[in-house]
Amino acid sequence: MVMVVLAVVVWCLGWWLNARLAASPAAQTRTVQLLVPAIFGITVLLVWELLVRGLAVSLVILPAPSVIAARFADSLPILWQDFVQTILKGALGGYVIGCAAAFLTAILVDRSDFLRRGLLPVGNFVAALPIVGTAPILVMWFGFDWQSKAAVVVVMVFFPMLVNTVAGLRETSAIQRDLMQTYAASYWQAFFKLRLPAALPFVFNGLKISTTLALIGAIVAEFFGSPTVGMGFRISTSVGQLALDMVWAEIVVAALAGSAFYGLVALIEKTLTFWHPSQRS
Amino acid sequence: MKTFFAVLTVLAAIIALWYAACVPMNIKGVLDQAERAGAEVTPATPKARRDLGTMGLVANNSFAIGDTWVQERPRLPAPHQVAVELWQTTVEKKITSKRSLIYHGQVTLSATLLGFAIGTGLGILLAVGIVHSRVMDMSVMPWAIVSQTIPIIALAPMIIVVLYSIGVQGIIPKAVISAYLSFFPVVVGMVKGLRAPDAMQLDLLKTYNASTSQGFWKLRLPSSMPYLFASLKIGIAASLVGAIVGELPTGAVSGLGARLLAGSYYGQTVQIWSALFAAAILAALLVALLGLIERLVLKRMGVSA
Repeated sequence: MVMVVLAVVVWCLGWWLNARLAASPAAQTRTVQLLVPAIFGITVLLVWELLVRGLAVSLVILPAPSVIAARFADSLPILWQDFVQTILKGALGGYVIGCAAAFLTAILVDRSDFLRRGLLPVGNFVAALPIVGTAPILVMWFGFDWQSKAAVVVVMVFFPMLVNTVAGLRETSAIQRDLMQTYAASYWQAFFKLRLPAALPFVFNGLKISTTLALIGAIVAEFFGSPTVGMGFRISTSVGQLALDMVWAEIVVAALAGSAFYGLVALIEKTLTFWHPSQRS
Repeated sequence: MKTFFAVLTVLAAIIALWYAACVPMNIKGVLDQAERAGAEVTPATPKARRDLGTMGLVANNSFAIGDTWVQERPRLPAPHQVAVELWQTTVEKKITSKRSLIYHGQVTLSATLLGFAIGTGLGILLAVGIVHSRVMDMSVMPWAIVSQTIPIIALAPMIIVVLYSIGVQGIIPKAVISAYLSFFPVVVGMVKGLRAPDAMQLDLLKTYNASTSQGFWKLRLPSSMPYLFASLKIGIAASLVGAIVGELPTGAVSGLGARLLAGSYYGQTVQIWSALFAAAILAALLVALLGLIERLVLKRMGVSA
């Protein structure tokens, strides 16, 4: 009971602190803008811990954050193996192949107006479909190991990437293309000096959408069959054993990997498209 | 009109590619069957066939090409096989039958819609809170944005089991997964939309002495509609994926996800493909329906013609 009261107190305290910070004149500074969500996150974790302990919630329903952290620290080797299998081999492998293939296809498609008209509606349509459903088929074709996961990821990232790149390659205005023409630039000169840089914001938009899709594809595909290693495998078997602390540890890994992956792509975008209005603030 | 023909050409090319791909994918199975049935096959032993590679097999046994499109359990079913299976399991089966795709689709659809309604409702509420409260904006919004980079679908198996262990089963666990998958896109899109009116418009309402709630109903809400519908379309697709994935870990007996799983256990490729196409058609219908509602609402709100 004490813990539950304490949880309420911690929640009010955290909220009051944030309210004070948000209303203070320093609210626009970068430190405060990072501090407020951090305080909120810590408050949620504390309340979670106190409530789980105070109400004696069973481990098979919701483990406390400290239990998850302990499990995380204990099983670092297993988590690392799963990370390599699912993220580095499955997701990243498929991501690179899929995005490269979509990029090259987009360049080909862009050269023909007819193809672009035909492929864009189809691509937009396919991008909205539940493509993870192809996982059982691809697992059947490519076996249980990471190759089939990479194949699922390739199919998942291909169309969003294709649609974005094709849209980006159309971003130049007629006057810019005319200028290239007056310089007697060849197709590839105009491509590398004008159209590719102009397309980069769209390309990176596609790349960023694809990071999340890649992780989803790699993890879900493992639910349909995998070797005895991998994040999706570990999650589904640990759920079966009611070892929810292990499941949460894997979810922490997935969250860290997802944000790091996204952050990395966003960082590259920032260095490559520094000239774009959305990056200058 | 030109676009229409271009799309048709691309679709025809995809179907042609599909038929062509069936030949090398299925040739080995067809030849094994033909040999067992006593036909002349070159090379004669399964081992020699494995060494030859698929293209060589096709070249040596051109008589078998036709059979690659009508196999019972092909590695890659031909388009017409999938179409026939779709027709048989939707139109010719009774809706109550356990083998009817309509029945399975309706199970998945009801979970999707329930989850989508919950997720969207909560998402819009949170967005309204975020727009009107600085504290909520500063503390919750960064987490909502970060959550979009995380494969939260990994939580799906756990939610099913946890809810099961406290006695909740059936449609609710799947709907919960659908709800949280559609929740975050709606929050982010709706916040963007509610902030869409510029300072001039907000100032105008202030000179009219409009209250906050009047400003909300007359300016912020109408101008958020395009953003809302853009994220609703993402949300409903995510909800459907959530409902399908939610059917996997429990070994559910009904629903499109269960059809996929059962098909992959028993090697019923035609069944997998038809379930996949049913899911695709369902997703397309839902997105199209939202597009229709969007047109009507935007017209009503006077945002665009």
